[in-house]
Amino acid sequence: MKIRIGLGSCGIAAGALKVKEVVEAEIQKRGLSIELKDTGCIGMCHAEPLLDLIDDQGRVFTYGYVTPEAVVKIFDEHITGQSPVEQYLLAAPEKDYSFMEGQKRVALRNCGIINPENLQDYVDQGGYQALKRVVSEMTPIDVISEIKESGLRGRGGAGFPTWFKWDATRRTPGDIKYIICNADEGDPGAFMDRSLLEGDPHSVLEGMAIAGYAVGANQGFIYCRAEYPLAIRRAELAIKQAEERGILGKNIFGSGFDFEISIKQGAGAFVCGEETALIASLEGERGMPRIKPPFPVQAGYWGKPTNINNVETYANVPWILANGGKAFSALGTEKSPGTKVFALAGKIKQGGLIEVPMGLTLREVIFNIGGGIKGDKKIKAVQLGGPSGGCIPEELLDTPVDYESINQTGAIMGSGGMVVMDETTCMVDIARFFLEFTQSESCGKCVQCRIGTKRMLEILERICDGEGQEGDIELLEEIALKVREGSLCGLGQSAPNPVLTTIRYFRDEYETHIKDKKCPAKQCKALISFRINPEKCRGCGRCARKCPAKCITGEKKKPHEIDQELCLKCGSCLEACASKYQAVTVE
Amino acid sequence: MSCTCQRNKQQENDIKKDAKNWQLLQELLVQYKGQKGSLVAILQGVQSIYGYLPQQVMDYIASTMKIKPAKIYGVATFYTQFRLQPIGKYHILLCQGTACHVNGSERILTAICEELNIKPNKTTSDGLFTLDCVACLGCCSLAPVMMINEQAYGPLSPDKALKIIRDLAVSEQQACEGGKTE
Repeated sequence: MKIRIGLGSCGIAAGALKVKEVVEAEIQKRGLSIELKDTGCIGMCHAEPLLDLIDDQGRVFTYGYVTPEAVVKIFDEHITGQSPVEQYLLAAPEKDYSFMEGQKRVALRNCGIINPENLQDYVDQGGYQALKRVVSEMTPIDVISEIKESGLRGRGGAGFPTWFKWDATRRTPGDIKYIICNADEGDPGAFMDRSLLEGDPHSVLEGMAIAGYAVGANQGFIYCRAEYPLAIRRAELAIKQAEERGILGKNIFGSGFDFEISIKQGAGAFVCGEETALIASLEGERGMPRIKPPFPVQAGYWGKPTNINNVETYANVPWILANGGKAFSALGTEKSPGTKVFALAGKIKQGGLIEVPMGLTLREVIFNIGGGIKGDKKIKAVQLGGPSGGCIPEELLDTPVDYESINQTGAIMGSGGMVVMDETTCMVDIARFFLEFTQSESCGKCVQCRIGTKRMLEILERICDGEGQEGDIELLEEIALKVREGSLCGLGQSAPNPVLTTIRYFRDEYETHIKDKKCPAKQCKALISFRINPEKCRGCGRCARKCPAKCITGEKKKPHEIDQELCLKCGSCLEACASKYQAVTVE
Repeated sequence: MSCTCQRNKQQENDIKKDAKNWQLLQELLVQYKGQKGSLVAILQGVQSIYGYLPQQVMDYIASTMKIKPAKIYGVATFYTQFRLQPIGKYHILLCQGTACHVNGSERILTAICEELNIKPNKTTSDGLFTLDCVACLGCCSLAPVMMINEQAYGPLSPDKALKIIRDLAVSEQQACEGGKTE
């Protein structure tokens, strides 16, 4: 019998370490021989902490929302008593869980199954077999044609064909070439790279080594953001283990091919996700983009030919080499083959990390896998591509998930952040939110981006503050085009996207803010106020206790009142009362 | 006016007063000696030693590595990770990612600012709490989230967040009073 506990960042945050302690204690107390295994994130982040029980027949029982008490119950009833604890059981051999159905795991094939801190676990799943075959039996050109056959496109967001980059790096003359893995996952709302590096670091290393062989590079770097300490630690450990086994380093598998990988930490700059800025940062400079050409494949890190791909792209590579390019291109659509990992978050019931074949519709992803909207509210939009992407409205939810179809909506595929919004999300506020982000992350090199985004932000702020003016929408559109045209890199070129898509699909919401000074979603603080209906209020005092500003007063069992001067408009009172008397209203 | 070499000497003496950190700083500089392009990594090392980037240390690095101080300052101010001021004992990172935003992180921010009476990126006058807003902690399913000294808390509501902070403040006070009676 085996027990697996998900110890990704999100699992740990939800209390998985405590659960592990209790499991260890119970095993010891009862004198059982159960193998306890740590794994990375399986993706069901909404149900963390997660515990998998694998019985002697190899059947997997997945428990969710596990508490220390639940562990004791699982030991009592399931392990000793042989009957699963229904209360916490998410999935079992006769019980499918909607979250996992419809998913196809290629990049995430080992996440949540293997122990990421144990190389042997990865090898047992067939790991490093592809690398071994590549270096001993294939030529670089064979490798590149296999990738070409697979149709793999860059998973960082732009969707550039991977084989093309590899081939260009290979063709550029030079003795020294580099491989870089871009793990500077800066999009707010995205955590695919973190989960992959935390849950299956070896697949990324293997993909990088294969790329190194194909392009003729002997050195690789993982540029990972410093906000991911666990991912960095696990990747470092994986590199060390692979070096000890002779899988990385000199003369890999006796083939004469050398490949080393080291990790460089980012220092918190969104723009460093852009290739040339990333290279500047690796060289110890301010991470500012430069004009292309020359492209990194021609002159990258220290002026040498450099191939840069995203974490997820590399994680797909060993699978493609092991199963063949055809098997990969059989998944997904003709122009966007394969699968894509998404971080499903926001107002969704079953958020987490998912991997689906391209071509599934957004509606299928959100309602079948994600289980629909929290509190069964109405869906308003889904945001794809983070600050560079856009909001896709409810009526376009039947759009298939592939690069071309998503681009047509004005959003972009992006690296995989998918944030679901319901009717309580204000679209003007969302546009303001993203612009605030890009504005503060603009490196300042291009005038249009540096000043244009600032002016756009000011306009959005005044609309949210109830001071919008006639003509503001047109002005936003005009500046947006200038910013797009006048910026050097992707950050500036795509910064207006969240604004343009929200204007395109939710123009009426902008107009209500400007003309009627009202926020239909009741989110913009300057445009709302909280009141207590004296007829409904029973004076229970729940709201007063929850109020962080202590601005609700009233005698016991008599109607309470909110001091509008002191009110922070945080909505705590509304929540406190909602399940009881619904006396608090927002106007 | 003192000449540059005198000033450098003075600077070195000032940093040396903190003998333990001086030792760590020397080890760091030896580790990266002669490696081109390692400025970001060195500054990260300095920050993990001192908790921030003291001006004197940046100047010292400039003179030992023969880089212009302006360049070091340029890099230090470009990246959000680097701090030029010391941080409080408890470092609150409030997530402002998209998922946290739509789940009401701004309400948490208002409540914390009100409670601690500070603005984001500032430290309380007793040096106990530093509040920073960060782009995304990557725990989106627990939104809204904050992290205090690498421990993540979520999903939060304004009063839950305040309770966590108040508990920390109370435990500090008790530790402080306990120390006095001993």
